[in-house]
Amino acid sequence: MFRVVTVTDQVQRRTPKQAKTSSVFKKIVMAVSGILMLLFLIAHMIGNLHVFQGAQSFNHYSEWLRTVGEPALPPRTLLTVIEIGLVVSVVAHMWAAISLWRQAKRARPQSYVTKKSVAQSYASRTMRWGGVIIALFIVYHILDLTFGVANPDGTDSTPYDRLVASFQNPAATIVYVVALILLGMHLRHGIWSATQTLGQSNRRRERTVNAFAIAFATLLIAGYLVVPAAVVFGLVD
Amino acid sequence: MTITQDGARSSVDHSSEKRGMNLTLRVWRQNGPTAKGKMVTYKVTDISPDMSFLEMLDVLNEQLIMEGDDPVAFDHDCREGICGMCGVMINGQAHGPQQTTTCQLHMRSFKDGDTIDIEPWRASPFPVIKDLAVDRRAFDRIIQAGGYISVPTGTAPEAHSILVPKKDSDAAFDAATCIGCGACVAACPNASSMLFTAAKVTHLGLMPQGQPERNDRVVNMVAQQDREGFGGCTNIGECSAACPKGISMETISRLNHDLLGALRAGARPKS
Repeated sequence: MFRVVTVTDQVQRRTPKQAKTSSVFKKIVMAVSGILMLLFLIAHMIGNLHVFQGAQSFNHYSEWLRTVGEPALPPRTLLTVIEIGLVVSVVAHMWAAISLWRQAKRARPQSYVTKKSVAQSYASRTMRWGGVIIALFIVYHILDLTFGVANPDGTDSTPYDRLVASFQNPAATIVYVVALILLGMHLRHGIWSATQTLGQSNRRRERTVNAFAIAFATLLIAGYLVVPAAVVFGLVD
Repeated sequence: MTITQDGARSSVDHSSEKRGMNLTLRVWRQNGPTAKGKMVTYKVTDISPDMSFLEMLDVLNEQLIMEGDDPVAFDHDCREGICGMCGVMINGQAHGPQQTTTCQLHMRSFKDGDTIDIEPWRASPFPVIKDLAVDRRAFDRIIQAGGYISVPTGTAPEAHSILVPKKDSDAAFDAATCIGCGACVAACPNASSMLFTAAKVTHLGLMPQGQPERNDRVVNMVAQQDREGFGGCTNIGECSAACPKGISMETISRLNHDLLGALRAGARPKS
């Protein structure tokens, strides 16, 4: 005969490590810090377009950012405020992301043998590793164009010279383009996700929010990519 | 009136019917919660396309019992798509390729010669009891944390004594169709229970009867789902795409909206 299967009622459960902060609170931190960084990205993109007005205009803009408000305000007031805001946003964004990443790992210690995604966009799939790559790119980007230590023209050059020198190097240009496309995808999912997290989406708005996210990310990244394109095609030198 | 014996059905000529399907099944076998599991391959033959997926598993189990093997444990109850008991991962999709429950999935969704992978829901708050059966009591505890309204019991009150706008009652009903099957958790890359909790918060939060406990409900249910060890929501949408009741992502936005309002109003989860 066959054996009788006994289903145990008291399943041995490993007590899950309790999340100290609400997962939704972490998402709110992620959404708000993301929006702050997004506002910076808009300003940064518009600032970059000074390159089309020539070297003088571009360098002057850079100088203006450092001296705006003088003598009423001390030098670098605006930049310092932006820098503090950005550092706080980056740290908060990464803290929320890493702790949610760990929570997700703990929630599924054993992965599926076969798993098929039906709704997941490529953008949403690449949020975590994409975010890591974008963070690494930002470090390089600052060393290259702000400090000049990673720039072919070195530290004694003008911002305009550093920009042209960097984009005349094919490797640096490719890194820039890839990172910016990743950033665009990050924003495409991020804008939609932040709308959901802040409770501003609904069935009627869902399509509009997603369409806006795609259009906004595409336009913003296009605004960034016209600069290396102009250097590569010799419009700016 | 005379009742005739149903002879017509047996007189149908079966020779013209399509022959049943032969399938290879790779089924997750795990002897108990702490045992190590693995995929085991079985063959089933002559499976009718009109069978439900669970009936196909019944055929496999009869076969296993006849061979003196342990039958595959899987959960099921009503087999009409309303109880939420059944549910397995079929070829990497919660409830399989159709957006319905496993019991309402029919074998016509597969082709002769297919290999079908069958796994349990995988999430640490849903520990495997045996094979494909998982313990979903974590959902019960989320409900206990706030998925209810407190009303005196007794004679049912007159339905029209509290008016509910049609739009609200429709949206509440859409959310109330959640059967708590767990497909959302199973399909979510983060193993998050957000869609389940959001469906309950939406359903009760849209009704007048749900208002007194609305703030406490959302903070306590969210705290409980974190306590159970579910992952966080990243708004990917796999949950809604797998949900046999088609609960929308809108409910998640509504939960977040309610949570923000509740935290602003000073509601804090019970420890």
